[in-house]
Amino acid sequence: MSTNVEGWKDEVYGEEIREHLFEFAEEGWESIPDDEHDAWFERFKWWGLYHQRNGQESYFMMRIGTPNGVLEPGQLEVVADIADEYARGPADNPEFGGAYCDWTTRQSIQLHWIRIEDVPEIFDKLEANGLSTMQACGDSWRNIVGCPVAGKDKHEHVDAWPVAEQLHEEFKGNDAYENLPRKWKVSVTGCDEGCGQGDINDLAFEPARKEIDGEETMGFNVRVGGGLSRKEPRFARDIDVFCTPEDAPKVSAGMSALFRDHGDRDDRFNARIKFLVDEWGTEKIRNTLQEEYVEYELPSAGDDLREQYTYNAGRQDEHGDHIGVHEQPDGNYYVGLNVMVGRMGVDDVRELASLADEYGSGEVRLTQRQNVIVTDVPEGSLDAFLDEPLLEDYSPDPHPFMRGSIACTGTEFCSLSIVETKNRQVRYARWLKENVELPAGIQDFHIHLSGCTASCAQPQIADISLRGMKTRKDGEPVEAFDIGLGGGLGEDPHFADWIAMRVAADEVPGYIRNVLAAYEDESGEESFREFIAARDEEELEALAEPEETDYADPYMHNTKMTWYPYADEDEMDDRPTPARADGTPITADD
Amino acid sequence: MSIDVHQLDAGAWISVNDSREVSVSNLWRLARQEFCGCEMADFLAEGFVEVGVDTRAIEARIAGQCIACGASGVTDWLAVGRVLDGEFRPVVPESVHIPCRRSRLARPASLE
Ligand code: HEM
Ligand code: SF4
Ligand SMILES: [Zn+2]
Repeated sequence: MSTNVEGWKDEVYGEEIREHLFEFAEEGWESIPDDEHDAWFERFKWWGLYHQRNGQESYFMMRIGTPNGVLEPGQLEVVADIADEYARGPADNPEFGGAYCDWTTRQSIQLHWIRIEDVPEIFDKLEANGLSTMQACGDSWRNIVGCPVAGKDKHEHVDAWPVAEQLHEEFKGNDAYENLPRKWKVSVTGCDEGCGQGDINDLAFEPARKEIDGEETMGFNVRVGGGLSRKEPRFARDIDVFCTPEDAPKVSAGMSALFRDHGDRDDRFNARIKFLVDEWGTEKIRNTLQEEYVEYELPSAGDDLREQYTYNAGRQDEHGDHIGVHEQPDGNYYVGLNVMVGRMGVDDVRELASLADEYGSGEVRLTQRQNVIVTDVPEGSLDAFLDEPLLEDYSPDPHPFMRGSIACTGTEFCSLSIVETKNRQVRYARWLKENVELPAGIQDFHIHLSGCTASCAQPQIADISLRGMKTRKDGEPVEAFDIGLGGGLGEDPHFADWIAMRVAADEVPGYIRNVLAAYEDESGEESFREFIAARDEEELEALAEPEETDYADPYMHNTKMTWYPYADEDEMDDRPTPARADGTPITADD
Repeated sequence: MSIDVHQLDAGAWISVNDSREVSVSNLWRLARQEFCGCEMADFLAEGFVEVGVDTRAIEARIAGQCIACGASGVTDWLAVGRVLDGEFRPVVPESVHIPCRRSRLARPASLE
């Protein structure tokens, strides 16, 4: 039988949700009928609004989809102003203050503590500046990701930015694909570094060359069915199709229609296309695509560039990210800045926008490692830009532990979470920087921390994967992590092997120190990833022990039981929610 | 009176009559269970896989892990609360629960 969600989607879904949303906004939170909350919150996701977790009723997370992470001149300032005015909640975050922006692992922007009453005003401001929340969540085309420096990169073979832009234009707000069985994540990569992370997307375009009618043509090979969520990670699979940049919209239309028609609408846990690829195999996917969904003959795959991939590839000779100063083909430079766990206070965001204006073209880009890039800086302005005080906190040359950290939302706002994430990861990185010497030769060391198995922080593709868990210490439940080792992308991507399970959160830094010490002792020339790959599970389990250190963790208690983990009065019963537009709590007998 | 239950946000919580009632991340004590080899499983709820109603009892199968032995999977049916006088009364996760092989569901559990 079909799910409740499918039933709600049948009634109202897609663009039309907007008029209802605006009506509720006009009349206020309390006008949403009590017995229709679930249906409306599910639908609001399509317009980028996700109701925050238990204890934070009437507040929403808002996601703004910026295709390929590109923020055109002027847009970042608008985002900062909106965050400043509307994204303030009843309590501050101790690390980041009262208003902040999150740069996400899919090159989007997340704001929190949004009131439904403010949504029409926010949409007006966003849309007047070419920004939108459309389909940022929900069951349809999500934000399209790609190389964050597409069009500005010396490693590029196909300019992926116009392709991503075209897909964005064509598939956002397109009736035919607005109601899919589940989310649909697309990646377009044009460079030989592999930084579009195609392998973990539902549909991936990856650079390839092929001789067509006697002519060498640059375009893409197509892969389908990647994704990390639930304990079922998959890399996207090669379906033996080459496509030119011009044909990318046709293949995209075909693949997403195939998913629309054949994805499992009876079981949301089985709905992602990765499971259909498991079930059908790549040949049947290709044949069905050819026979039912595209009208031209699909060429077989071309020669890919995967063996050149350096992005998150675990290599020692090159950094696998976009941090630092890099020359663009036009002689200008782009400068990648490290943002710890992807979160920036609004004053810093505004300052970043103004620096981008002053030194570059005003454009700013977001990466899938939760960092930012200022593009188009002329050589003559580089030194002055690099001297700006903001770059002390958001460094173009950060310590590897800072550089390699990614963390998801966690118990701060997310319903599915098991543990606190971002603030803890900031503390981990600081402690590691102070206390652990990186073995010689390690340039990059990626630690990705996710609050649950949904894997928003992409833990499985890191050197150290942390996934939220619980354990007991002296009989008391405490927050903990399952720890995986040796994951990454590159030519031969590999998911981390889960080695140390249910490690109390305050023993994780000690464990990481011990693993690195073992690597230093036992390794020869090999990279950390090779070192892990060369050992079997038993050897890896014996490699290192968790250990308490002087690292102190303020979030050991069950932070999900609080209404907000950092509030002074944090108990669920103290919650000031749900609230009216002005923030006054609505009590049960109102 | 009809009771409307479903799991939402990829199994993050159980809604009872459009009210968020049971969340993931709690530890449940499970006795006489086949989930793992422990006498008493110390089970971390990570996601609600199926939910259903048996007259007034709300039941669920939960994905998660026993943090004592590490076994992971999906439990048999567990009562997570009841509806009395139109109000949901949750069970206390930390007290002892006994999973049932079959749910005596009055109507099929709806996924989501
Ligand atoms: C209110 C907070 C959030 C909620 C409730 C939420 C929910 C989810 C859920 C339920 C999944 C897994 C479902 C599935 O893929 O089948 C998921 C996956 C994912 N989400 Fe989130 N999320 C939240 C915040 C975030 C944030 C902050 C990011 C980025 C930093 C993010 C990016 C992703 C990514 C990259 C995945 C990976 C899934 C895959 O590759 O298959 N989400 N999220
Ligand atoms: S990984 Fe889990 S805890 Fe983290 S944001 Fe995603 S759903 Fe929430
Ligand atoms: Zn057990």
